[in-house]
Amino acid sequence: MATTTMLPASGPNGAQRFAVWVRANLFNSIGNSIITIVFGSFALWVLWNIVKWGVIDAVWVAPNMRACQAAGTGACWAFVGEKWRFILFGRYPYEEQWRSALVTLILFGMTGASFVPKLWRLEMVYAWVAAWIICGVLMWGGVLGLAPVESDLWSGLPLTLILSLISMIFGFVLAIFLALGRRSNLPIVKLVCTVFIEVMRGVPLITVLFMASLMLPLFLPPGFSVSKLLRAVIAITMFLGAYQAEDLRAGLMALPKGQYEAADALGLSYWRKTKSIVLPQAITIVIPPLVGNLIGNFKNTSLVSIISLLDLMSTTQVALVDPNWRGLTSEAYLFLGAIYFAACFAMSRYSQWLEVLLNKGKRR
Amino acid sequence: MSEAAIAPKLGAPIIEMRDVNKWYGEFHVLRNVNMQVKKGEKVVICGPSGSGKSTAIRCINRLEEHQKGQIIVDGIELTANLKNIELIRREVGMVFQQFNLFPHLTVLENLTLAPIWVRKVPKKEAEETAMYYLNRVRIPEQANKYPGQLSGGQQQRVAIARSLCMKPNIMLFDEPTSALDPEMVKEVLDVMVGLANEGMTMICVTHEMGFARTVADTMVFMDRGEVVETSAPEEFFAAPKNERTRAFLGQILHH
Repeated sequence: MATTTMLPASGPNGAQRFAVWVRANLFNSIGNSIITIVFGSFALWVLWNIVKWGVIDAVWVAPNMRACQAAGTGACWAFVGEKWRFILFGRYPYEEQWRSALVTLILFGMTGASFVPKLWRLEMVYAWVAAWIICGVLMWGGVLGLAPVESDLWSGLPLTLILSLISMIFGFVLAIFLALGRRSNLPIVKLVCTVFIEVMRGVPLITVLFMASLMLPLFLPPGFSVSKLLRAVIAITMFLGAYQAEDLRAGLMALPKGQYEAADALGLSYWRKTKSIVLPQAITIVIPPLVGNLIGNFKNTSLVSIISLLDLMSTTQVALVDPNWRGLTSEAYLFLGAIYFAACFAMSRYSQWLEVLLNKGKRR
Repeated sequence: MSEAAIAPKLGAPIIEMRDVNKWYGEFHVLRNVNMQVKKGEKVVICGPSGSGKSTAIRCINRLEEHQKGQIIVDGIELTANLKNIELIRREVGMVFQQFNLFPHLTVLENLTLAPIWVRKVPKKEAEETAMYYLNRVRIPEQANKYPGQLSGGQQQRVAIARSLCMKPNIMLFDEPTSALDPEMVKEVLDVMVGLANEGMTMICVTHEMGFARTVADTMVFMDRGEVVETSAPEEFFAAPKNERTRAFLGQILHH
């Protein structure tokens, strides 16, 4: 099989260097040449079919599926052109969907801004609080002349974002306390945290969602109702919190004992030690699994469809039920997949970049 | 070497260990350890590895718990009482073999963290104090670097400065030069000698016998969890009383 050889650092121009690299790595023996040709042509064939289906033979504008199929044999992107608004904003009242769109933009903007280390300061917390208040006003309405909209009608991308971001924020805070609690010297605290974590990690998220949606009302005083949205948020937050608690616990254990001892010897209190010495280092150590769980959580929010919340995934499924457009599953899921992929890939790349940044100058 | 120059004016006992015992499970690490350290006294503890010398000094600021006996530091007895432990830790500085600087904080932040949060010193004042001690250990130019960017000797000097910023009455040194490259040992010992000359109460676990001869008022030899011999350095090096002390000194002094 192909082996990797370093490119010559200097020398002929790019094209020549590429040719040298190709010869050294792909055609360096008869066997390798055959393998390269066979797999290369297969890959090209697959790629060609994808391009042919997705671009060359695709239909971009059509009134319905039948017209689409008459016009070409490729993908029917007309479906996305027709349904994108429903997929993104779902049942939110049509004339009010600009509010949903604005909320989506605000949340994306704030998330993007939070990625920038230079902006990590107290003002960022205030900005988030303000952003959530604005988003709440926009989504619920009922004030400032905005028509009220029940939270049961919130759907699509803004719902997915709200579920992910809120569970991300509260889940992480919960995770910190669970992780510390599980390592506590106080037996009751330790027991409660351990049981909580193990129960949450021991059942599927669907179970937790069902429990939250069916059982929570039983524990509440009569006349006191909790919206489906809030129940889902609580369930997802607890679930994510348990997973991230275990990530953090790994970080706490990976921290050298000397760090705890030095902090103790200086007389730092438990909470000061935890805040200034332990957590900053422990979190840095476990960024990859933490982000891994955030990515998982972002995709997990699609399970709220089972308690009949209409997230991005559900709106896509509903869009497919339209008799005029039935059967365009590939197009619908490719569109949906592209949105999920963009968000998850961004998180993944960001975490890699952040790891390098946080380790800069501190390694030895 | 003129002893007169460092002639100690020793005060009242500031640390007392009375019949201290400690076990790790079945293993008896400290056996009836008795030790008395007076204000301004420099005690050097030596002994073979596993003799309990590190454990003994780590009991003084309660990084380790003793199970029997009494430890009284600055008039306060060490018990499970967290308030007392915090009080004592404020007064007792400790320097570790592995430096244990906080790698995610700059040198200056390492030095100001505890004064600001434990002693409640205003940030500006804490930074001035920090710079004063960085000058003392002769690396003020490293203030804004991260520990990982410094050599081992520099890191250990920062660690000493970090302890001094808390203005402790007592300094504990747990093999402070054992993890250093040989060429860096002297710069750390020089700082420690300077500190000793100023009258700091010090307990050092170390194998640097040259340092011990220069600085120590009292030598303590430990073996298998026991204090085997306690004596003045002249006597300790010239005429050790105990057979085990003689054997140990023979091993570390002749090579």
